[in-house]
Amino acid sequence: MTLETPQPPPRLRLRGITKRYPGVIANEAVDLDVGVGEIHALLGENGAGKSTLMKIVYGVTRPDGGHIEWEGSRVSIASPAEARRLGIGMVFQHFALFETLTVAENIALAMDDPPKPSALAARIREVSEKYGLPVDPDRLTHSMSVGERQRVEIVRCLLQSPRLLIMDEPTSVLTPQAVLTLFETLRRLAAEGMSILYISHKLDEIRTLCDRATVLRGGRRSGSAIPREESNESLARLMIGGELQACQLTPRTPGEVELELTHLSLPTRDPFGTALDDLNLRVRRAEIVGIAGVSGNGQKELLAALSGETPSPHSGMVRIGGQSAGLLDPAQRRALGFGFVPEERLGRGAVPAMSLAQNALLTGARAGMVRGGLIRQSRMAEFAQQTIAAFKVKCSGDAALAGSLSGGNLQKFIVGRETRLNPKVLVVAQPTWGVDVGAAQLIRQALIDLRDQGVALLVISEELDELFMICDRIAVIAQGRLSPPMATGTLTVEQVGVLMAGSAHAPEAADVAA
Amino acid sequence: MSQPDSLLRRLWPFRLERRATPSAAMRLASPLIAGVAMALTGLIVFLILGQDPLVAFRVFFIAPFGGSYEIGELLLKATPLMLCALGLAIGFKANVWNIGAEGQLIVGAIAGSAVALFGSESLGALTVPLMMLAGAIGGMAWAAIPAFLRTRFHTNEILVSLMLVYIAQQLLGYLVHGPWKDPAGYNFPQSRAFAEAAILPALVEGTRVTGALIMALVLAVLAWLFTAKTHAGYRMQVAGLAPAAARYAGFSDTRNIWLALLVGGGMAGLAGISEVAGPIGLLQAVISPGYGFAAIIVAFVGRLHPFGIVLASLLMSLLYLGGEAAQVELQLPSSITGLFQGSLLFYLLAADLFIGFRLRRIVRAVAP
Repeated sequence: MTLETPQPPPRLRLRGITKRYPGVIANEAVDLDVGVGEIHALLGENGAGKSTLMKIVYGVTRPDGGHIEWEGSRVSIASPAEARRLGIGMVFQHFALFETLTVAENIALAMDDPPKPSALAARIREVSEKYGLPVDPDRLTHSMSVGERQRVEIVRCLLQSPRLLIMDEPTSVLTPQAVLTLFETLRRLAAEGMSILYISHKLDEIRTLCDRATVLRGGRRSGSAIPREESNESLARLMIGGELQACQLTPRTPGEVELELTHLSLPTRDPFGTALDDLNLRVRRAEIVGIAGVSGNGQKELLAALSGETPSPHSGMVRIGGQSAGLLDPAQRRALGFGFVPEERLGRGAVPAMSLAQNALLTGARAGMVRGGLIRQSRMAEFAQQTIAAFKVKCSGDAALAGSLSGGNLQKFIVGRETRLNPKVLVVAQPTWGVDVGAAQLIRQALIDLRDQGVALLVISEELDELFMICDRIAVIAQGRLSPPMATGTLTVEQVGVLMAGSAHAPEAADVAA
Repeated sequence: MSQPDSLLRRLWPFRLERRATPSAAMRLASPLIAGVAMALTGLIVFLILGQDPLVAFRVFFIAPFGGSYEIGELLLKATPLMLCALGLAIGFKANVWNIGAEGQLIVGAIAGSAVALFGSESLGALTVPLMMLAGAIGGMAWAAIPAFLRTRFHTNEILVSLMLVYIAQQLLGYLVHGPWKDPAGYNFPQSRAFAEAAILPALVEGTRVTGALIMALVLAVLAWLFTAKTHAGYRMQVAGLAPAAARYAGFSDTRNIWLALLVGGGMAGLAGISEVAGPIGLLQAVISPGYGFAAIIVAFVGRLHPFGIVLASLLMSLLYLGGEAAQVELQLPSSITGLFQGSLLFYLLAADLFIGFRLRRIVRAVAP
């Protein structure tokens, strides 16, 4: 994409953007140019200031210093409505959807001049089909998974035909085929002259998709690059300022079965939930089994059935350590040696308003933190301190509130807590969702270490790369059905992708074939 | 969500912005700030009513400390507030909203009075302990109704417990107008006076304070131990702060709801029987000037902390006494007490809002 002389002004130009929050500098003197029809990557670890910078461009946050030029003239963007008037659309990483409203109503709310509901629904269908993002406009948002909500956000943006589209980690919830479809779409949009600011930490994606990349580290611009000419290693060096360690998965012979699902079928009470249909799975000691799948295909229901938050129809459908556990509640399952790291960290895996020490007690009552119904504060604090040290959790100490930690650090603490409670079976959902590269590596290595100590692990993730990195066997969940797990070495990403698409996502598969 | 530039925004160019770290010191100071703001509001009201604010202030806030009898009255009125609020706070921390302490107080008083009226001759020295036990059980039984309905049918305990207050009041009215009415009582709606053995003795000669105060203080310590030191208390706090985390950890929702309502009801029942067995000495149609409702304010002013509640109940008691004195000495209407209570809660909630948020002026962007 060479630009002719004289060069037209870039679509977006940031100069010296600075934003301070009490105690942190989120952005310091950041410069950024995005040309017409350019796909520009914004790369950086969690907390590097990517999201803040994008919020400034989208008018959510106002900068303390610096200025913004839009198509050659200085602008100040006071609100998202103003950003949209200029032609800027944004797909957020954390979704601002109203739970009790339908998809169409949510989208109408975000539009400055919404059309009639029936016309809007038709347009949503049209756009979602065109870009391979299946979304039902009449569905209520509260029943949707994280991945499905993200699709709504993407469709919502595309409806406004923006001239600059900001995408914050858009692919983490898509099948590999859907990612390819999305990339096709993005390239087509770029060829039509739309500029795209693409925020991601997935280096492969950035290298295949993006024309240029700006790398942020600690709120400052640490460099820029043409991603095609870089390797993953060189990009990672710019991003984290050091070398990246790979994790080691040495072959091991698995032991006896620790976690077993036998003909697990679970009707769903939620009209938009996914019913589980005859799931069979065995996880043995010293192995990691991965479950891949696009979110909303029964992962939420399966996790609730495993943890005991939803009891199974028959006790034998779930067996933990050889014992029937289908009717046991979460606490009883824990007593059998079951550990669980949920997808939502704040509010489920940890209590935001409590200290880390108190959060250790959340699931650690059996590890000597309670005696005779009384809490043993010293044991609690000690456990938390050891977890903080072993998992390099960045915090002010065991008295720090869970809510004050960044997502990645809290995840390290929760994974640390669950692994240090010596489970026989550990189920982990989305182990590294939104976690920076360094922390992700540490978490993955911790899971592998646990496997090597003889624990049976089940990892449910939407990140295929991750599953291929750490799993001995991989199964795929689609439409509430589970494929038989296959040894990772015998599988290709494409095969898994086809399984992930399942029958419900035939349009996507057709898109790829076409 | 976006907002176009509206007239409203031009008239009121401010918005609330969440603070990065709410100040812990301010959280403790906010009841004091609310108290001062309440007193200032009161002074303004006195001025409008044509009273000398200094005189009114003295009558309202200083006179109740006048002597040992006055201080005794302060402690006497603080006792039921303290008992009710301690129990409620345990539930509030677990997101169980028992609004019906007033009704549980009444039923506790009725149950305890049954022991006093029908058993005091045969029970002897056991009378008072059994009355206390019956009072607690009566309050618990009344609170068990919303607990059962919530855990079994998912009804809202706020509505159920509140509506049960009015049923309890009717029940009390029926008893003192009907079956339990004193035959020698000149047709007044009240029961026979309790026998000597069924009356709580005064702690200090010349005051009306009873052993119920000691009981309330001991229960405050127990309530603190429960929340801070026991696993059950921890589980209830988690259920209140993060219900999904409680489910994830396997803490039983049903158990928390029952525990919260039974503790709240039991304490309110104790408050009720302590009132009729103490200063009142018999069962009558009205036994509480809204202690059960005022205790909700006490619980929040006390930051849901047992020791804070002890102090807050003294403040609320002062408002009751001050209100009474203002009626007698200044001929102000009785609603003056409600006005002070209401403005105290209002200022407290406002102060709490500003602990979590700050008011920011919305600045229109200016091109640099």
